[in-house]
Amino acid sequence: MGGKKGLGSTDGIGICHSYTPDGRCVSLLKVLLTNYCVYDCSYCVNRRSSTVRRARFSVDEVIRITLDFYRRNYIEGLFLSSGIIQSSDYTMEHLVRVAKTLRVEHGFQGYIHLKTIPEASQELIDEAGRWADRLSINVELPTQKALDDLAPEKQLVTIRRSMNRIAERISESREEGAASKKRDAPDRSKPPVFARAGQSTQMIIGADASTDATILNTATSLYKQQRLRRVYYSAFSPIPSSSEILPPIAPPLLREHRLYQADWLVRFYGFEAHELTTPNSPNLDLAIDPKLSWALAHRESFPVDLNRAPKSDLLRIPGLGVRNVRRILSIRRLHRIRLDDLVTLKLNVKRALPFVITADHNPHVFALDALALRDRISPRDAQIDLFGVRRSAVSGEL
Amino acid sequence: MVNAEFDGTYAGWRAAARAMLYANVPPDQIAWGAQSDPQPSLLAISTQASLKLPSLADAQSAESEDSIRVSEDRRADPPLSVPKEFLRLAECISCFRDSARWTLLYSVLWRITHGERSLLGIVVDREVHRMYAMESAIRRDEHKMKAFVRFRRVGSDDEADARYVAWFTPAHFILDRVAPFFARRFASMCWSILTPDGSLHWNREELAKGPALKRSDAPAGDELETLWRTYYASVFNPARLKLRAMRSEMPKKYWAGLPEAGLIPSLVADAPRRVREMGVKDETQINVLRPAQ
Repeated sequence: MGGKKGLGSTDGIGICHSYTPDGRCVSLLKVLLTNYCVYDCSYCVNRRSSTVRRARFSVDEVIRITLDFYRRNYIEGLFLSSGIIQSSDYTMEHLVRVAKTLRVEHGFQGYIHLKTIPEASQELIDEAGRWADRLSINVELPTQKALDDLAPEKQLVTIRRSMNRIAERISESREEGAASKKRDAPDRSKPPVFARAGQSTQMIIGADASTDATILNTATSLYKQQRLRRVYYSAFSPIPSSSEILPPIAPPLLREHRLYQADWLVRFYGFEAHELTTPNSPNLDLAIDPKLSWALAHRESFPVDLNRAPKSDLLRIPGLGVRNVRRILSIRRLHRIRLDDLVTLKLNVKRALPFVITADHNPHVFALDALALRDRISPRDAQIDLFGVRRSAVSGEL
Repeated sequence: MVNAEFDGTYAGWRAAARAMLYANVPPDQIAWGAQSDPQPSLLAISTQASLKLPSLADAQSAESEDSIRVSEDRRADPPLSVPKEFLRLAECISCFRDSARWTLLYSVLWRITHGERSLLGIVVDREVHRMYAMESAIRRDEHKMKAFVRFRRVGSDDEADARYVAWFTPAHFILDRVAPFFARRFASMCWSILTPDGSLHWNREELAKGPALKRSDAPAGDELETLWRTYYASVFNPARLKLRAMRSEMPKKYWAGLPEAGLIPSLVADAPRRVREMGVKDETQINVLRPAQ
């Protein structure tokens, strides 16, 4: 297919086309087909019993707005979800029709993310994957108990079953893709790729009593068993006319931030989820990040010699991110790492110092044992750097 | 002191640098004089062939080492061997809007060819660090241009005759580097991007480069911006104000070009009232999270 006929491209990295004053990235046109819903999930503004005003887009309206926004470079594509109307299949059919029409009739090659309804038929989920770059099914809450309390229509087994189905189809299509590439020169423009950007999910934080240990455990199993690309943690925000059974408090943003940090440690730093909490303290420390917290609890593993230690040990040093670990490994083959180099690399020297040995620095042996270490290197008060929240959620540098 | 005059392009600098190296002129003996910073020619060019700068493509080989080609009249000189990574970096940095870039590039080139072959691996070296910092500034500039260009539609209601025009002010000379992205993404549209360094024009077939233009040459508005602003305002969550995070990703210098940015002051001012209406009892928690304005 000649690119000149089509509209849109996806280059692997999504572009943030704007930012709202809450610091969040505006990348996709994120809309509901309708906010009518037959479900009654307490945390949701659109639940059946809510008094919120209802509205509904037609399939054509969503398509037109998507194309109009895309042509002006406001967005990377469409993230379409919907309240459940009539039945799961009826709703899912409409979502699929939007994606299919964009692709087939308008030659749209921008990004499409479809929220998938776990109770929809497998045929519809299969078709959704043909047109969408990403599919996601929200687990919403980490346990069936929590779902029973807050989202009585949702069943964890159904959610997991549909996720499994999507995971299977993704891996089948990858294998087919690999095989057809070998067979002959494939039509590169249109490989039969199922949800090529994988699947993701969302968990709501702070609406129920689940601990961080439970949440991280659920997330880890989703990464391992359903091979999800991302688990998103969403601090429960107070909503207008919210349900009486929910806490009317500010969203637990800091907790959300710590969970994202823990999530990165598990995915990129070689930590296991169970290392980050203990049975006695099943929640992450809000005052310090989980990597520092682990280091303080495992002082016998430090100091680590930056000029000799294996990569896995470097990754556990507080203040040292994945990128800097890579740089240090490359530099130290040519040049002995010194303290000045850490400043040049812009890593958090104050934080890292008690935990590292360099050519010209060996931390005082008592420094690591000092009880005051935590206070010396952690932020002064509860005014945690929330600026870092997004940055670390994006870069993963801890 | 030697004056190294060249045309201000990467290819021009490369040829001049090669001559200086062969003449064994050390970095502190050269005054680099770009006759002008790169200006786009008025020539219409097609995307595929001409958009790539004529440097890496012709020099690429399977190995990680590369020879800087010897020009016609210097065929007798031995080829200079330079790591490919240097050429990649140099091509990028040649777009940096600071004439000191040429001096830095030659200084690093000199060191690489005078005993410090692995210099680029030592990213903590002052000059190498500066090179990588310049590279990331250029990549950020490219990324922000791809993000914050806003097309405005002019002409017919019929999509087939519509034209989309944007104004943008890049921090560096990145027009050639971002052009393929826009040509690919907006292939089925007729569009122009106007900048103070030159302009790009796409007619669904070919990309043409044009002269530098003024903001007033671009359209002042687009009907659809009302809908876009409505969308922007509605996705903002007033319970989480993080202005510093927003401004670090979307610095104020871009706001003039963003139709939605005019809403920011009123969204921020109205946030506390909206949070109260949401029924948050413990409002002090919200205040703690609000950065100083």
